[in-house]
Amino acid sequence: MTTAPRTLYEKIWDAHVVERRDDGTCLVYIDRHLVHEVTSPQAFEALRVAGRPVRRPDLTLAVPDHNLPTTPRQDAQGNRIPIADAESANQLKTLAKNAPEFGVRYISEVDVEQGIVHVVGPEQGFSLPGATIVCGDSHTSCHGGLGALAFGIGTTEVEHVLATQTLILSQSKTFEVRVDGKLAPGVTPKDVVLHVIGVIGTAGGTGHVIEFCGSTFEDMSIEGRLTVCNMSIEGGARAGLVAPDDKTFAYVKGRPYAPKGADWDKAVAWWTSLKTDPGAKFDKSVHIDAADIQPTVTWGTSPEDVVPIGGVVPAPESFADASKQQAAQVSLDYMGLQPGTKMTDIEVQNVFIGSCTNSRIEDIRAAAEVLRGRKKADNVKWAIVVPGSGLVKQQAEAEGLDKIITEAGLEWREPGCSACLAMNPDKVPAGERCASTSNRNFTGRQGPGARTHLVSPAMAAAAAVTGKLTDVRTLVGEPA
Amino acid sequence: MEPINHVHGRAIPFGRKNVDTDVVIPAHWLKTITREGLGKGAFEAVRKEPGNVFEDPEYAGAPILIAGDNFGCGSSREHAAWALLDMGVNCVLAPSFSDIFSGNAFKNGILAVVLPQEAIDRLMEVAKTDPIDVDLETQSVTTPFQDRFTFEVDPFRKHCLLNGLDEVGLTLAQADAIGSYEQRADSDLPFLAHPGRQAA
Repeated sequence: MTTAPRTLYEKIWDAHVVERRDDGTCLVYIDRHLVHEVTSPQAFEALRVAGRPVRRPDLTLAVPDHNLPTTPRQDAQGNRIPIADAESANQLKTLAKNAPEFGVRYISEVDVEQGIVHVVGPEQGFSLPGATIVCGDSHTSCHGGLGALAFGIGTTEVEHVLATQTLILSQSKTFEVRVDGKLAPGVTPKDVVLHVIGVIGTAGGTGHVIEFCGSTFEDMSIEGRLTVCNMSIEGGARAGLVAPDDKTFAYVKGRPYAPKGADWDKAVAWWTSLKTDPGAKFDKSVHIDAADIQPTVTWGTSPEDVVPIGGVVPAPESFADASKQQAAQVSLDYMGLQPGTKMTDIEVQNVFIGSCTNSRIEDIRAAAEVLRGRKKADNVKWAIVVPGSGLVKQQAEAEGLDKIITEAGLEWREPGCSACLAMNPDKVPAGERCASTSNRNFTGRQGPGARTHLVSPAMAAAAAVTGKLTDVRTLVGEPA
Repeated sequence: MEPINHVHGRAIPFGRKNVDTDVVIPAHWLKTITREGLGKGAFEAVRKEPGNVFEDPEYAGAPILIAGDNFGCGSSREHAAWALLDMGVNCVLAPSFSDIFSGNAFKNGILAVVLPQEAIDRLMEVAKTDPIDVDLETQSVTTPFQDRFTFEVDPFRKHCLLNGLDEVGLTLAQADAIGSYEQRADSDLPFLAHPGRQAA
């Protein structure tokens, strides 16, 4: 039998179709379901009311992350420190009750494996190449860095997956984002994805699944690929993926939920076939030269509002379409910025290094490298580093990175979503700026009135020591 | 889910582009464990802007919202759909929607209707003074001024919306097909079917 050349996405899709329907939709099997406390209570409640069980609790993993304070969770005697916010405490308690009631694996807030759901999945080997992975969180696209088809879903879909282990989906279009060439020193995966979003726009990927192709992604570490795929949703694409390769297999091997023995050999054989065939057609393509990518920062309130660090705040009238001109003016008013201001003249009062985009060990290392032997600037009032999981924290401490961070005057915290979204005590005060390694610079995202500039971990660390948005390349190589 | 076919009434002429779900309902409202009561948090930051349409008594209780391109982008929070319903909106007209919001709207019986920008521009004008009529059966949007715009809708979604069908119940009726898939996967893709198993 000959089959037409297929893209990576189409291969994973085809392997998971339970049933094709006449109307063009498919019933698609879901291999892994990650659950957190914010988007699951109403789904479990609906199952309870209907008397329905979870079909495959063994394919489901629950972990709290969004609401958790990142301050210590236990006192010196090992007693749990209560969470002050009653609603947050109740939502966390609800997950701790629902998971065992429905037989779902649960990692508690004091387990060393706890962390941001998108850090935990790959770290535990629960997320695998070729798998369909969902979570009630749009940054599920992250797991595509392993070559998985991973996407965020709403709470009714969470309920649907819990009850049936499937979703009713229409096949997406395919979008090739090809970046070739070596990244210049100081240019990181975060800069690559910010640059890409600037090129395609926040709606550029709507209706599509992105495949990140080209030598830049082939040369990138797995953690870098996770960062890139994480922000696919910021380009409108529900999922983004990178073809799995030997680096991916080496990353997965030996993790707690990774295949073992004969299953491993069978897995690698299949994973090796998960590449876009020569001659396969994408519905859309963009090609970018890695040499054109510089350390990149945002100036506005949409992730497409990017500019190289050497650039200036753009004038609204510089945009071609009228609605974008209007949106840019609203953004500039909110951000308190004047067109023409050099990005490197913008002072920040807060620095946040963390989130599912940038809280893995390589991110902490990159930040620590810049902070080593330096001190936080006086005008930076609040600067925190939040590891993505207890295991990342442990690893960083084993390498002495926590010492470098605290000696520089930054705080070293417990794992969680933290200041990426204003759901827990870590918030940016109204009217203040934050150099943030998170993924969204939306109005109010880090707290009402907070002004966010998205950057890489190295750039956030550079901002912490100079007190302004800074080209990290001006610090690296210089004596501290 | 309640069946929905027809929405008639005033429309809120919001018109803004790239409205993310953090704008529809900010994160501090997401600590609830129910679906109710989110209307008072809807568009919280926009409501503080002078002269905004959400505080304008002209549009109080309007069942339709008109927005710009890429409505509902960003976070997957279904709370955005619940907040719209709670404020009385069960139809959104826009030139495009994010994929996740469009699914969440459908699953809550909200009509997310895609119309060309020219149609949206015209309806923004009409909305200032007159009601708008949206009909799912005929897939059309009409005004008292004889405007008529048609829209596309996925046939499966249309069927579910018109009949108020519970998708979970529909899929559970296909338990046999899911079971056969699982049997196939057990031999073809055992490493996906058994997390962490020590296979012989």
